[in-house]
This record gives sequence, structure tokens and C-alpha cells, in this order.
Amino acid sequence: MRRYFGRKVLIYLLTFFVAVTIDWLIPRFMPGDPVLSMLGRVGTAHPDTVNAMREYFTRVFGLDVPIWQQYLNFWASLLRGDLGVSVYRFPREVADVIMTAVPYDIALLVPSILLSWIAGNKFGAYAARRKWLDNTILPLGYTLTATPYMWLAILLAWGLGIKLDLFPIAGAYAFDMAPHWSWRFISSVLHHWILPFASLFLVNFGGWAIGMRNVIIYELEADYSHYLEALGAPQQLVRKYAYRNALLPQLTGLALQLGVIVAGALVTEVVFSYPGIGFQLLAAVQNQDYFLLQGCFLFIIVGVLLANFIIDIVYVIVDPRTRRGMTGEMA
Amino acid sequence: MMEKKSKKRNEFFYFAFKNNKLRIGLLIVLFFLVMAIIGPSFTENDPLSFIHRGVPLKPFESEDFIFGTTVFGQDVYSQFVYGLRATFVVGAIGGGLATLIGVIVGFIGGYMGGKTDEGLNMGTNIVLVIPTLAVLLIISAYLEVRGILLESVFIGCTAWPWTARAVRAQTFSLRSREFVDLAKMSGMKSLKIIFKEIAPNMMSYLLLVFILQFGGATLNAATLDFIGLGPTQGISLGLMMNHAVAHSALLLDIWWWFIPPGLAITAIVGALYVTNVGLDEVFNPKLREM
Repeated sequence: MRRYFGRKVLIYLLTFFVAVTIDWLIPRFMPGDPVLSMLGRVGTAHPDTVNAMREYFTRVFGLDVPIWQQYLNFWASLLRGDLGVSVYRFPREVADVIMTAVPYDIALLVPSILLSWIAGNKFGAYAARRKWLDNTILPLGYTLTATPYMWLAILLAWGLGIKLDLFPIAGAYAFDMAPHWSWRFISSVLHHWILPFASLFLVNFGGWAIGMRNVIIYELEADYSHYLEALGAPQQLVRKYAYRNALLPQLTGLALQLGVIVAGALVTEVVFSYPGIGFQLLAAVQNQDYFLLQGCFLFIIVGVLLANFIIDIVYVIVDPRTRRGMTGEMA
Repeated sequence: MMEKKSKKRNEFFYFAFKNNKLRIGLLIVLFFLVMAIIGPSFTENDPLSFIHRGVPLKPFESEDFIFGTTVFGQDVYSQFVYGLRATFVVGAIGGGLATLIGVIVGFIGGYMGGKTDEGLNMGTNIVLVIPTLAVLLIISAYLEVRGILLESVFIGCTAWPWTARAVRAQTFSLRSREFVDLAKMSGMKSLKIIFKEIAPNMMSYLLLVFILQFGGATLNAATLDFIGLGPTQGISLGLMMNHAVAHSALLLDIWWWFIPPGLAITAIVGALYVTNVGLDEVFNPKLREM
């Protein structure tokens, strides 16, 4: 077990290292000068102003020291939690902007990931080898999982939000409110949360249902299932064992899907103007706010790495083979 | 020998034509492919020019704009068919590249084993955990001019890890089969063993992988375009949705602007998945419905 975790942690540390390096590398070695493009945005041509600003930006980017020192400085400030100052929400710090956005992401991602995984698995397992249900779940599941996240979000916003006027389609709470503890505020938050949640849930649900259906079919055909059947075990018991075995690849699948789901959440937030990381990211792109963009990038990576680690722990709990030092499903 | 081979091929086509999933899936994909190829020749409207003046036209309200117009008076039909083209280009190049890199990395690792494999596997695992879109975002944001080819290449270069992992596992299992051992004992060269003995046994699997990668690349491109980091020139289905949402098509009820692009992506990707299942059943007799 120690070997299993040691390996995992090593990979995550290396990944973090690579991610930070990419984050540092890209602004410096891409064609085009970030300092120039920032100066361009200011829209002033007065030479003194331009020079002063160029000096300022060069210092902020830390471009006035040798390359290797720039790299070390980048790490140093990163470990201090300093991600720079946001340009479009000047003078707020990037870390601060991200921290205010995080609760909305957690509120959206955690329930939609967990509930869709659980519901999708149950439903897929139930439908497998049941002619009528199987024929419904297959087309439905494939359609849902093929739907681009933002399109389903757009459809829900248009259909349920605008046409039927059941739900608000922008923001995390009513515009005339400030965050505080009251029933009116909480119900407003919930009301705004439902559509983004539903759209993430539905797309993921389709994928998990299909995945489970396809895996459990193999398990039901496996020798141990046939053996159980031959012993005269009730169909329900055979299915129960098959389901447990099929959950393992689904757990691996969850770890692999995390990046895609996070990307889905980003665009869903854009559609609903939901103030999470995705929304900040869009603003950063539109305003060419590179510090904020880099901060969001790092934050997403760290989040995905943490989630991966949690899944690893769950995997050890669920699969005894990893605990006893035998290599389990996840290499 | 020759006879046996052609018989095997006939059997493949027999089951392929009998498989409903394969037929329906392929039909849908072909429908959109044909539309992407010949669709643009039915219109002279540039997808992005502001042609129509006045209130946006509904679909079929005017013969010149059978899919209607946007708030700016752009031709939705023209945007749609050119966007379809972009979708197929990204899918083919991005998906193809991802498959190719994945196959090479997975194959070398799985076949060589040892230190090479460990290194490649470590690299694969690292790229695997990094969310693809995050990397694409940060690269695209710093590029001032982006083309659709570049976008496809970036998507291909970030989407390969799961393919590498799957191909590695396949190679592992094939490597230890008797017929490969036999080839080794008879003194066949490594490269020849790879191409003559192992590759043919993996072709069906690779086709399935390519189809999934094609769908994945399409969805990735749509996401990227929707955030506004897609190609800076031209049009794509994701960009159509981006424009529609940015210019309040939802509030203005211009549904013909945002329904067709998403519907096309869903139909193409869904049809690819279904084709994939159908092909799997054709290749793998165990899965065929009784």
C-alpha cells in the first residue's frame, strides 16, 4: 500500500512541477510580447507614460533578471501564495479573485459529480440485460454524453429559464441581494444553482450510465457469474457481485474524466454567468488578464490533482487488492 | 490462404451490414459529412458578413436565408455548413494525431518493457492528470493569431494519453501470446514482428480508438471555441454558440442561431459513439446480440 501511494504522490508532484513550468514557460516563449500587448490595451501614446508603464510591467513580470532566476522567483512567489495582481479587477490580487470564485465551483462540481456518478451507475446496472430498458438507455445515454456541455446549458437556460420562466438564468443569487444568512437569500442561491447543476448532472449521467452498462455486461458474462448461476444463486445476487466488480473501472473512469468535467463546468458557468472560475476565466480571456488566467490554470490543476488523490484513497478502501500490495486496476 | 482471407473479409461485411447500430451511426455521420463537403457550394453568402438588414429572419422566411439570419444579418446556413467543415477538420486531424501519438507511445512502451516503458508510462500518467482544456486555454490565450489547423494540432497533442495507456495494455497482452513467441523463436526481426504479427491484430482496436478520439477532439474544439479561444478567423460551430450567447440570442428568442450548431455536434458525436459500439460488436462476436 505504501508503494501504491508513494508512486501516486510522486506522479502528482511531478505533474504539479510540469504544470507550474508550463505556466511559467508559455507567457515567456510564445510569439508576441505580453508587456507590449498590455501596453497596447492602455491606449496612451505619451512616451513618458508608456516608458513608465513598460518598466512597471517588466518588473511585475520579473523580466529584468536572468532566465533561471525568473524561474526560481516564480516558484518562490507561488509558494508564498502570490499569484500577482489581476489587471481587469485591479488592484485585487489574483489569489483573492480566485478564492471568492471557488465556493461556487465546489457547490456546482461536487454534487453534480457525485450524484451523476452514483445515479448513472445504478441506472446503467439496472438497465443492462433488460431488453426494453436497455434499448431506451443506450440511445438516451449516448445522446446525453455526446451533448456539448454548453449546448445543454443553453437549451436549459432558453427552455426552462426564458420560455417557461421557471428559473433565473444569470448570477448566483438575485441581483438586488448581498450575501447574508437569511432564508430568502439561501432560497435565491438554490434557485440560481438548479439549472447549472442540472445541465452538468445530465451530461455526466449519460456517460456513467453507458459506462456501467457496458462494463457490467462483461462482468455478467465472466466465469464467476456463470459459476454462481450454475450453483443456483438468485439472479439478484449475481448482479450484486457483478455490480461491485464493475464499480472499479468506473472509479478509474471518474479519475480520467475529471478534467473533462471541470472543462464542462467552466463553459456551463459561462452560459449562466455563474461567478465561479469559468466565469473569471472568460473575463480574463476577454480582458487579456494574463495573471488571472495563469492563476486559474494553476488552480484548476491543483484541484484536479487533489480530486485524483481522493479517488486513489477511495480506491484503496474499495479494492482490497491494492491494500495487500497486489497491483490493482490502477497502475 | 488467399481464400481464407477473402472469406474472412466477406464475413466482416456481412455482420457489418446486418448491424443496426453501425448502419444508423454511419448514416448520420455521412449525412453531415456530405453537408459539410457540398453544403458551402449552395450559398454565395460569406458566413461572417453582415448581409441582411433589419429584423433577423426566421428560418425559411426568405429563400436566400433558409436557416434564418443572426442579429447582425449574417446567414446562419452559411455559418452552419462552414462550421461543419471546421468540425470535421478538427475531428480528423486532432483525433488522428491523438491516435497516432498514443499508438506510438503505448506501443513502444508495451513492446519494449523495462526502463523505456517505465519512463513513457510516467510521462503518460503525468499528461493524463493535467486537464487538457486548461493547457489548451493557456496556450491559445497567448497566441494572437490562431488557425483551425493549429487548434487541431494542439488538441491532438494533449488528448493522446488514454490511448497510449490502452494501447500499452493491448500490446502487453499480445506480446505474450504464442504466435509472437513462435515468430521470435524463428528469428524474425523486432520491427517485422511488430508490423506482421502484432499490428494486424490491433487494427480493429485502433479504428475504435480513432472514432472515440475524433468525437473527443470535436467536443474539445467546441469548448475552446465557445470560450472565445478558437480560431481567430473563420467560423465554427462552437463559435456560433459563442456569438449567439454573447449577443443575447436567448433573450431575443433567436433559437435558430444556437440550436443547429449544438444539435449537429451532438448528432455527429453521438452517432460516432453508436458506430463505435456497432463496430465493436462486429469485431467481437461475443458481444453480438443473439
